[in-house]
Amino acid sequence: MTEPVLDIRNLKVDFVTRRGVAHVLDDVSFSVAAGELLAIVGESGCGKSMTALSILGLIPSPPGRIVGGSILFQGRDLTRLRQSELRRIRGGDIAMIFQEPMTSLNPVFTCGEQIAEAVRLHQKVSPRAALARAVEMLRAVGIPEPELRARAYPHQLSGGMRQRVMIAMALSCEPRLLIADEPTTALDVTVQAQIFALLDELRQKTGTAIILITHDMGAVAEMADKVAVMYAGRIIERGPADAVLDNPGHPYTRGLLASIPRIDADPDADLPEIPGIVPALTDLGRGCAFAPRCALAVPACNAAQPHHVAMSRDHSAACIRLQANEVSA
Amino acid sequence: MSQLLSVRDLRVHFPTGRGGTIHAVDGVSFDIPRGQTLGIVGESGSGKTTTALAVMRLAPITSGKIDLDGIPISRIEGQELRRARPRFQMVFQDPFSSLNPRDRVGRIIRQPMDLLGLLQPPQRDARVEELLAQVGLRPELKSLYPHQFSGGQRQRIGLARALATKPDLIVFDEPVSALDVAVQAQVLNLIRRLQRETGLTYLFISHDLGVVRHVCDEIAVMYLGRIVEKASAARIFASPRHPYTQALIAAAPSLAPEHRRRGGGARLQGDPPSPVNLPPGCPFASRCPIAVNDCRSRVPTLRELAPGQAVACHLA
Ligand SMILES: Nc1ncnc2c1ncn2[C@@H]1O[C@H](COP(=O)(O)OP(=O)(O)OP(=O)(O)O)[C@@H](O)[C@H]1O
Ligand SMILES: Nc1ncnc2c1ncn2[C@@H]1O[C@H](COP(=O)(O)OP(=O)(O)O)[C@@H](O)[C@H]1O
Ligand code: SF4
Ligand code: SF4
Ligand SMILES: [Mg+2]
Ligand SMILES: [Mg+2]
Repeated sequence: MTEPVLDIRNLKVDFVTRRGVAHVLDDVSFSVAAGELLAIVGESGCGKSMTALSILGLIPSPPGRIVGGSILFQGRDLTRLRQSELRRIRGGDIAMIFQEPMTSLNPVFTCGEQIAEAVRLHQKVSPRAALARAVEMLRAVGIPEPELRARAYPHQLSGGMRQRVMIAMALSCEPRLLIADEPTTALDVTVQAQIFALLDELRQKTGTAIILITHDMGAVAEMADKVAVMYAGRIIERGPADAVLDNPGHPYTRGLLASIPRIDADPDADLPEIPGIVPALTDLGRGCAFAPRCALAVPACNAAQPHHVAMSRDHSAACIRLQANEVSA
Repeated sequence: MSQLLSVRDLRVHFPTGRGGTIHAVDGVSFDIPRGQTLGIVGESGSGKTTTALAVMRLAPITSGKIDLDGIPISRIEGQELRRARPRFQMVFQDPFSSLNPRDRVGRIIRQPMDLLGLLQPPQRDARVEELLAQVGLRPELKSLYPHQFSGGQRQRIGLARALATKPDLIVFDEPVSALDVAVQAQVLNLIRRLQRETGLTYLFISHDLGVVRHVCDEIAVMYLGRIVEKASAARIFASPRHPYTQALIAAAPSLAPEHRRRGGGARLQGDPPSPVNLPPGCPFASRCPIAVNDCRSRVPTLRELAPGQAVACHLA
């Protein structure tokens, strides 16, 4: 077994709000190895982005605070580093790409200048060499006429090209870990496929570990080795992608998979629904947060947080009825 | 079958400001039979929203004809247009910006009736409660403001507002794209149930093929302002004939085992060309994997290849 690049254990993040303390992340644990792609899925507000921001040391504070757990990156606990040390790691060994590249690209500099600056932040090279490297990176991410595009400003490019510029910038530092937070949500499917192909090639060639944050189970199927499903700040199921997609254990994962409109499904049948909506994190009870929406809920579900139950090797889900073997596989 | 909506050779062109022309919609024709749903799919910028807005008379029509149940809605103005308005309504993509944040929900749903003078004023409030119930919301919620609702609930409110005038046609522009899948399923089931119960006709825009498969009877694929393929939902997924439709279906993420870890399965390279300077031949030629020389000089027109399946490609 190779040492994981990132190993998060029992991470807990609280936000102090007017309505009380919200446990934004509660007991979150997962790991990613070199060359591996982990997908984090779940409905909006379940804590996907907060997980990413915790790794980068970018939790807005106040109101947020890491109150427990550890984030081991190449053996070092990121929760114990000073901001100056974290800054050196961000955009260096750990890079991040966001949903809307326009908000993270600077409109007044050309794309080439911005990539070159990212290069020089982490490597001692001349401005000329950095610019040459920028052009090389643009070519590597499949941008046609990279010399020309390096001189373009972000607004002169299409959404797909801007996202590729972001990826080029992230890759220019040869990160060990790339976090992609919904990187293709704003893009068309054919362009999304291009970006996915690029990420896939990257991890195979350079062994970069990737965390792909998405709410799209289709994207998980296309890309992931491993999946973590989040609900209300907790990981409620995790495992190899095939195991989770083909044999989901948690009633929420099952509901999520069933409610996707599929091209090959019977179009005359209604979609199976998960009733209700996600709960507010400020008024979670002691028990399973999914209980108000769960068709299998029993009184015992409200008593305490369900523990993860192993379903098969590396595959587990947090549901008490699974424990009692009452959820049929 | 009687056509409720009929669109012929619709063009919507915008000036660029630098003397150029944006061909947002460039010769689009389709019919929707009463009680049925036509879906429009295509990439960003292909002209889906502009087509919808033209049908709603919310975008300037450069040329072409739009008829709704015999009313020439592309040619009427003023009072006449106002009188026809109740018959066609729209639901927008963004459930956050499409509802006025300062109005209570009851007022938002009542507004089309107030503006168009439908029902006697005292009856309108009763109708609001009826509409809320119809979209699965409790009537007492009418006194709350939009920000007090989730995205899915706001889309239900938008739907109630569209239903307020008892329309024949509802135009949906990406009604579930901003919603999580679990909520999306609830809203899609509601949209379908309303059609079953009331015989509404839908024009339904989405970029999600699974979604259009689930709600549409017929599907039109747009590329750069034109329809490049049109067929029944069953047929277009079973045997797509246009290279762009084929690429779109191939690229759609799927849970199927053969899609696992295929890295997106990219087939198409490049981005769609600019709608300002249209290429002389087939608009898809710059990205088409099977293009021949002829494609770059001659524009393919939509022709029927099989009953109910029309394709605009020289090689199809
Ligand atoms: N008012 C306008 N003025 C100028 N150009 C416009 C205007 N409205 C739309 N366009 C242009 O017309 C083309 C078609 O736009 P439209 O919004 O219809 O695309 P769409 O298919 O709905 O895309 P999306 O999937 O991104 O919503 C685009 O190139 C767009 O930039
Ligand atoms: N500044 C903030 N103050 C209070 N709560 C916040 C703040 N930012 C995020 N949250 C809450 O943290 C939770 C997780 O958010 P996030 O990680 O962004 O979700 P997502 O899974 O959609 O990425 C949500 O309930 C959100 O409302
Ligand atoms: S613990 Fe109970 S409420 Fe939670 S998912 Fe399992 S059965 Fe449902
Ligand atoms: S006409 Fe030519 S370029 Fe256009 S889709 Fe057909 S084969 Fe491709
Ligand atoms: Mg997020
Ligand atoms: Mg649109």
